[in-house]
Amino acid sequence: MGISMQKLLSKLTFWKVVAGIILAAGVYSTYVRCTRGLGGSTHLSDKFPWGLWISFDVLCGVGLAAGGFALCATVHLFNVKKFEPILRPTILTSFLGYLLVIVGLLFDLGRPFQIWHAIIMWNPHSVMFEVAWCVMLYTTVLSLEFAPVVLEKLKLTRTLNILKKLSIPIVIAGVLLSTLHQSSLGSLYLIVPYKLYALWYSPYLPLFFFVSALAVGCAVVIFESFLSSRAFKKSLEMDLMTQIGRIAVVVLGVYLTMRFMDAYNRHILSLLFVPRMETYLYWAEMIVGVVAPLILLSFPAVRRSRTGLFLGAVMIILGFVMDRLNITITGLEASAGTHYVPSWMEVSITLAIVTAGFIAFSLAAKYLPLYEHEPEAHKELQPKTMPETWIEDLTLVSEQY
Amino acid sequence: MTMISRKAMLIDITLCAGCNACQDACKEKNHLAGGKETSLSATAYTALEEHGDVFVRRMCQHCEEPTCVSVCPVGAFTKTAPGPVLYDESKCIGCRYCMQACPFQVPRYEWSSTKPCVQKCRLCADRLAQGRQPACAEACPTGATKFGNRDELIREAYARINAEPDKYVHKIYGQEEIGGTSILYITSVPFEKLGFKTQLDKTPLPSLTWDALEKIPGIVSVGSVFLAGIWWITSRREEVAKAEGRTSKKGRNNESH
Repeated sequence: MGISMQKLLSKLTFWKVVAGIILAAGVYSTYVRCTRGLGGSTHLSDKFPWGLWISFDVLCGVGLAAGGFALCATVHLFNVKKFEPILRPTILTSFLGYLLVIVGLLFDLGRPFQIWHAIIMWNPHSVMFEVAWCVMLYTTVLSLEFAPVVLEKLKLTRTLNILKKLSIPIVIAGVLLSTLHQSSLGSLYLIVPYKLYALWYSPYLPLFFFVSALAVGCAVVIFESFLSSRAFKKSLEMDLMTQIGRIAVVVLGVYLTMRFMDAYNRHILSLLFVPRMETYLYWAEMIVGVVAPLILLSFPAVRRSRTGLFLGAVMIILGFVMDRLNITITGLEASAGTHYVPSWMEVSITLAIVTAGFIAFSLAAKYLPLYEHEPEAHKELQPKTMPETWIEDLTLVSEQY
Repeated sequence: MTMISRKAMLIDITLCAGCNACQDACKEKNHLAGGKETSLSATAYTALEEHGDVFVRRMCQHCEEPTCVSVCPVGAFTKTAPGPVLYDESKCIGCRYCMQACPFQVPRYEWSSTKPCVQKCRLCADRLAQGRQPACAEACPTGATKFGNRDELIREAYARINAEPDKYVHKIYGQEEIGGTSILYITSVPFEKLGFKTQLDKTPLPSLTWDALEKIPGIVSVGSVFLAGIWWITSRREEVAKAEGRTSKKGRNNESH
């Protein structure tokens, strides 16, 4: 009895305990959400109907999953094959990101049991309708793009070969859906010109959302590669990372120019110096998320250093999250006449969803050929024999964890 | 065939005595939980807001080009021919975009419910169908709330303003705001001092998103041709290179894991 307890305790790492606590809190919060409704579990109100679950889970979740479509286009359409090694983990990140968005929505919707209504009840004038369809279709595309990884493991070669023949149309569909989807999240806010603070409201919101999604896509690819290389002891493709860092600089430059020209054309530059919370948070978002990483990553020495690249990526991600939170919360508080702070249960559910995502990713990295190449597109796959190393793999995994 | 004329209500703020008969009648008609409420809620489709000694009646504006109708993903809101904007809870998924989008911050929610509905004034559409007035208009003792045809009420509002030009502000709120609403207001105290959203211009809000949405078919068709073309060009390059016996510089990365 004592020996097995010792063995169990020795397998508990700090992060496992943290994850356990987060998930347990999430289960409790889910129970409250289901039994006491949104009013009993959130700080949402008639004056402030959208909160953390929309701001972070949906808007940031979708944006942070943007790396997938850009990289897919780069590898399969622009035929830049050198990025192929990081394609599969990136697609998985995007796929998990969208699954987590859908889970977040199931918590936020007042009547989640009717979520399927958008399939048969159509209102094409609604941006929300377009968002719903794009999420459904794009999650399907992502699952098809990720399926080869699972099919390879299960050695379902015939299905795999059929899927390979459809891969280009699937990738094109994915890029189009993603473009529409990223921008339509911005379009959601076109309808509130009298509510959203002028520093953020613009008729070009859809365009800004799309370009910032490209920037954060680069950052997430870098971020996820760094974390994976540490966690799963994989080598880091530094030359690819450096290239992505360069692309990020260009995208940030374009984004900064767009935002500045838009502010100039709408005559709101004077708002940049009005002493109020909105102003400070706007400056923070632009400096941390755009200007600083733009300058930092423009130096080749920074791009070639692991610390510099990682720091730049983190800043872009932080700035992106701040931008979405600013548009959905900060920018709406003044007109709503109230302040919104999420309840601890809203936070705990968000954390639990993210934790589940990390766990799913690491399970996939352990049991699926995530870091192996895709075989050549035109070669037929030979069925593999059952590798003996499965047993060794399992033993190794259980020792690591 | 008779044309269904657009109905509306004229609220003359100078005549409102603050007796709350409108809210009482509304609650009774709609079986809402009792008690006086001074702001809209899931149990108050109309409410009197106090601004000093002036009472301003708030309720759903039943806009001519409703924002809620346009933003609901499942079409749970409809603008009916006589004027009322109606909500169908059987379609609603609870996304609350209507609440976020409404420029007058009208729709309220049943936050404590596990099957929550959006709640707002229905302009007593069932009574209208029987040729009767909304309950609040019928109950108002001073005539501050008057029900009728929209064009006639606008004429009457102007008549009142022109009869006493020093008393009234020369404007009917709701005549043109975001495309016009079915609830029209006239007042002697300036609208800005009574909490009215005076910065709204004539543009109906749905047109702002339609500008973006109508570009989608174009993006999809041009985009798919463009992307397919890029793939064709870049993969052709590799085929040609292979055929000519050149090895591609961008070969497979031989990673050792």
